[in-house]
Amino acid sequence: MSELKSGHRVLTCINCPLGCTLDVEIADGEVVRVTGNTCKRGEVYGRKEVTNPTRIVTSSVFVSGSSTGARTVSCKTASDVPKDKIFDVIDAVRGVTVPCPVHIGDVIVPDAAGCGVDVIATKEVF
Amino acid sequence: MIYDLIVIGGGPAGLAAASAAHDAGSREILVLERDERLGGILNQCIHNGFGLHTFKEELTGPEYAQRYIDILTGKGIEYKTDTMVLDISSDKDTLIKTVTAVSGSDGLTVYSAYAVVLAMGCRERSRGALNIPGYRPAGIFSAGTAQRLVNIEGYLPGRRVVILGSGDIGLIMARRMTLEGAKVLACAELMPYSGGLKRNIVQCLDDFGIPLLLSHTVTEIRGKERVTGVVISEVGEDRKPIPGTERFYECDTLLLSVGLLPENELSKELGTEISPVTGGPVVSESFETSVPGVFAAGNVLHVHDLVDFVSEEAAAAGAHAAAFAAELKDRAGAPDTELRDRGIEITFDGGPRYTVPQFINPAHVSGPVKVRFRVGSVLKNRVVKVLFDGNCVLSKKRNVMAPGEMEELLLKEELFAGNRGLKEIRISVEEESV
Repeated sequence: MSELKSGHRVLTCINCPLGCTLDVEIADGEVVRVTGNTCKRGEVYGRKEVTNPTRIVTSSVFVSGSSTGARTVSCKTASDVPKDKIFDVIDAVRGVTVPCPVHIGDVIVPDAAGCGVDVIATKEVF
Repeated sequence: MIYDLIVIGGGPAGLAAASAAHDAGSREILVLERDERLGGILNQCIHNGFGLHTFKEELTGPEYAQRYIDILTGKGIEYKTDTMVLDISSDKDTLIKTVTAVSGSDGLTVYSAYAVVLAMGCRERSRGALNIPGYRPAGIFSAGTAQRLVNIEGYLPGRRVVILGSGDIGLIMARRMTLEGAKVLACAELMPYSGGLKRNIVQCLDDFGIPLLLSHTVTEIRGKERVTGVVISEVGEDRKPIPGTERFYECDTLLLSVGLLPENELSKELGTEISPVTGGPVVSESFETSVPGVFAAGNVLHVHDLVDFVSEEAAAAGAHAAAFAAELKDRAGAPDTELRDRGIEITFDGGPRYTVPQFINPAHVSGPVKVRFRVGSVLKNRVVKVLFDGNCVLSKKRNVMAPGEMEELLLKEELFAGNRGLKEIRISVEEESV
């Protein structure tokens, strides 16, 4: 996480099945060196993952008034959010009920958890 | 009427096959789907990561499905949901297929077609197939059932969870249930390596501090009415539990993510030859099964890691099925059996457990042939060679190959052009010489 100012972070690279164990050396909050990678992609991943790790968050929320008897609609953050905001985003969508019909791209929760990112529907529910 | 093509299953494989068959000229196409909506298992796979290859963007499962549903409806392809296919048969003289299906609205209906694409997908391996001893308490779910309960029905099936098996659905559910407030204690994997994609290990387990216990298995399930806990033991190289390594985990839920099996009851009844390794039909380069005019693609053929490759494979199968239908229609019931010779069986050594397709007829090759396979164990620093009658025609260096990640080889059409009399096609995985 970004709070680490100096030292080493050990990560598993996700770019290919090799799954290199990366050692990211950090000093004064800056990445000094990535070792353990066997290609350039590993270094890029290591740097990003230590300085600014992000994820798309997906969930589902309840719907009301579905003509097909659907109970939920799936949703996601419209773009990736900081990794440490994952649970805040989930908390922001929990308990939300949206009326049908719902279309892909409809905003379920605007600016979820103050990330500046909307949570949008990912399914057509009638 | 006789349809050009009937597609059995409206999941990712069926949708791509129907769409490609339409592109290839078929107009009378019917897709039969047993669920109430098209899209298959994608509807409950609400996580993202689908479509990077197909659409060059990361979509969730339902979004990926909708792209194909829109393509299908845009082409005016006929489909029936809530329709369960009971039987498929093929007339051995005319090669006309008969598909018997039942639905609430249409009752029992018999359809005819020149060609059929099998796209029924796969099913999860169940507890019964694992022989775990103990009572039968509530709280044991397959990972896919839990996924449906959480993502579609809106129920959380448990609060304290252990996952047996490290298949991708189990990993995805470890994250999903954690986000919904459950505590996932551990994921136990019998093998010394994970069955899931690296990306899922990192983003579903590591992100949430969930331990992955390799070479471990569940040796006891406790609880009579409801699961109260499980015992996890380490296993040796023989995959048998090591006495003294038992550890008790108090939990109310056990999820099983222990493999997927192609769903081929209909294919077997129809008489297609089934591979004992893949559990799916044996096919030629055209994805044609041993029954002429019956094609197969997607997870019914062999279990894939990525839906993008299911779509690609099914599109090829759909195009070949369309070509078959057109040819049979032209011949008005006098098929040329000569044309259906499936050719050379692909042989392999040094790692692959199987190949799909299993057969290639060089005379039938039109366009590039993708040969997909999986290895049986983790292999490092290898060279994959394709040998035509002993001559290496393609060589690919692979730093690592793992059972959890499907491999593919692209054999260009030109390779076959000068090799119509080919006798042997061999895939050889060799250690890289230093």
